Amino acid sequence: MEKDTQGTLWEVFVQANPGIPHKHVGSLHASDEEMALQNARDVYTRRKEGISIWVVEAKNIKASSPEDIGSFFEPANDKVYRHPTFYKVPDGVKHL
Amino acid sequence: MKDEKTLLEEFQSKIDKGIKIEPKDWMPEKYRKQLIRMMSQHAHSEIVGMLPEGNWITRAPSLRRKAILLAKVQDEAGHGMYLYSATETLGIDRSELLEQLHTGKAKYSSIFNYPTLTWADIGAIGWLVDGAAIMNQTALAKGSYGPYSRAMVRICKEESFHNRQGYEIMCSLAFGSEEQKQMAQDALNRWWWPAIMMLGPSDDSSPNSDELMRWKVKMESNDAIRERFIDRTVPQADYIGLTIPDPDLMFNKETGHYKHGPINWEEFFNVIKGNGPCNKIRLKARVDADRNGRWVREATEAYAAKKRIVNS
Amino acid sequence: MDKQKALFQYCLRLADSSLIMGQRLSEWCGHGPVLEEDIALTNIALDLVGQATAILNYAGKVEGKGHTEDDLAFLRPEREFRNVLLAEQPNGDYAFTIARQFLFDVYQYYYYQSLQKSKDETLSALSEKSLKEVTYHLRHTSQWMLRLGDGTPESHERVQRAINELWMFTGDLFDMDEVDALLLKEGVSIDLKEVKGKWENHVAELLEKATLQLPVQTFMQAGSRAGKHTEHLGFLLAEMQYLQRTYPDVKW
Repeated sequence: MEKDTQGTLWEVFVQANPGIPHKHVGSLHASDEEMALQNARDVYTRRKEGISIWVVEAKNIKASSPEDIGSFFEPANDKVYRHPTFYKVPDGVKHL
Repeated sequence: MKDEKTLLEEFQSKIDKGIKIEPKDWMPEKYRKQLIRMMSQHAHSEIVGMLPEGNWITRAPSLRRKAILLAKVQDEAGHGMYLYSATETLGIDRSELLEQLHTGKAKYSSIFNYPTLTWADIGAIGWLVDGAAIMNQTALAKGSYGPYSRAMVRICKEESFHNRQGYEIMCSLAFGSEEQKQMAQDALNRWWWPAIMMLGPSDDSSPNSDELMRWKVKMESNDAIRERFIDRTVPQADYIGLTIPDPDLMFNKETGHYKHGPINWEEFFNVIKGNGPCNKIRLKARVDADRNGRWVREATEAYAAKKRIVNS
Repeated sequence: MDKQKALFQYCLRLADSSLIMGQRLSEWCGHGPVLEEDIALTNIALDLVGQATAILNYAGKVEGKGHTEDDLAFLRPEREFRNVLLAEQPNGDYAFTIARQFLFDVYQYYYYQSLQKSKDETLSALSEKSLKEVTYHLRHTSQWMLRLGDGTPESHERVQRAINELWMFTGDLFDMDEVDALLLKEGVSIDLKEVKGKWENHVAELLEKATLQLPVQTFMQAGSRAGKHTEHLGFLLAEMQYLQRTYPDVKW
C-alpha cells in the first residue's frame, strides 16, 4: 500500500480590509489549489477576518536563511542617509 | 563553523532577550524534540477533545446551543490544525504525527478520557476544562518558539468564547429547575478533579522542568497555574450556588490563595497510561475517522495528479 | 386552507429541510476524512442551522400561537415535520454525504434564487442571505463531486452508488400541492417545475464532468409535503428532541 498522505502544505495570506497588504495567517493542507483556497476560507476567515485570500504551496516559497542575515541585512545599517532624520533642517523651516 | 557551545550560548541569549526562535534557526536537538512532543500532544488534545463534546451536538437542547456547540467544536478542529502546522515547521509531517496518535505512541490530555454523561457536562467542560486550558495557553503564548507562540496567540483569541459559553450553560442550569441544578452540581462533581489534574503532575514529581523553563518551552510551573485556576474558579462556583467537591478546600488569608485537598495522582497516571473510562473509544473514534477517510484522501491525490497532467 | 395556514406550512418545508440537513451534517463533526474538511462541513451545518432558526422564527409568527423557533424544532412529532426526504437520509460514507449535499445544494441554489423575488418580504430577505451561503456550499460540494467521481476507481464507485441510491428521493424535492398552488397565485412561493428543470440540467452537467452516470429514471418516493417520511426521521428526532421532551418547560 502507498504511504498515506494528508495533502501538501500551503501557506495562507489574508487581506483583512481594503487597501492594506495581505498578511500571512498560517498554513493548511490540501491536494489542489481550489481545495487550498476553500480550506483557507473555512479555516482562517470564520470570524470575518478577511476580504481576500491568497494561497501558495509552501514548497514554492524561497526563503532566506538565518546565515544570510549578515550579508543580506547588515549592509543597510550604515546607510543612514536613506532616512529623513539624517538631514538637518534649519529651525523654523516647515513642510520638509 | 561555530561550535555547539557558542551556538547554545547564542541561542540562550536570544531567548533571554525575548527574541523568538524561528524554524530555520539553530536550536538544540533536545529543544526540538521537546517541542515536537509538547506541540503534538497539544494538537492531539484538541482533536481528541472534539469527541466528548461532539457527542452532544446532535442532542443540544436549543437551536442557539446547537450552533454555539458546533462552532466551538469546530474551533477545536481549527486549533488542532494550527498546532499540527506549527509542529510541522520542526521537520515532521502531519501524517507522521497522526500515526503516533493512532498507534498510542503519542499522548493527549488526560481530561478527554472522561465521559460526557449529561448536557451539564458541556457546561462544565467549557467552564472548567477550557478555563484551565486557557491558563496554560496564555502562558504558552509567551513561549520562545515563534510558530508555537503565534498559534497560541490565535488560539487564545478564539478560545475566549469557549469558557464563557460553558459558564453561561452552568448559570442557566444552576438558576433553573431543581433537576437542572442537580445536573449542574453532578457535572461539577465529576469534572472538578479531572480539571485540576489536567494541569499536570505536581512540581516535585515533574521531571526536567528547569531546562524547559530556561528555554521558555514551559513558562510556569504546573502548581502555579493550578493555584491561579482554583483562585479564579471558586468564586465563580459560589456565585451560581454550586459546591466545589473538595471538603479540604480552604482560603488562606495570609497567602491570598486557596489551598486544595489531596489529589488522586494514582487515577491521573492511570488515565494517562490508557486506563481511563474512555481511552479506548476515543482512540478508536480517531482511528476509524482516519481509516474511513483514507480512500477520500487517495481520491483527492489521484484527482490532483490528473489535473496536473492536463495542465502541463 | 387559508393563506396564513399555507404560509406556515410553506415555512416549515423550507426550515425543516435546512434543519434536518444541518443535523445530519453535524454528525460528522470530529469524524471527517481530513481536519480541514471537518471544519468545512461544520461551516455548512452552521449555515443550515442558522437558516432553519430564522425561518422557524418567522413560521412561529405566521402561525400566531406564540411558538418560538425552539418549540417548533423540538416539540413537533415526526408527522408534522415537512423536510424533504433527501435531507433525512443517514450520512453513510463520505461519498454518500457529499452526493446528498450536492443534490440538495443545487436544489437550494435555484430555489432561493427564485424565492428572492417573493412578495413576502421576510422570505425574500432570508432567501437573499441564504443564497450567498448556498452558493459557497455548492462550489464546495461540486469540487468534491469532481474529485470523488474522477479520483480513484474506489471513490468513483462509491459516489456513483450514492447517487444511484439517493436518486429515488429527488422527485420529492419538486412535488407541489395546494399550499404551493395557493401561495404561487399570491406571488409568495415559487414554481418548483421551473426549479426542477434547472436542477436537472445542472446535475446532469456536473455528473458528466465528474465522469459519473446520470441514474436511469426510477420510481420516485414522495410524501414529505404531507409529513410522510422514511423510517430514519423518527430516530433523528428522538435524539435531537430528547432533552426538551425529558425536561419540559425549562430554559437552557
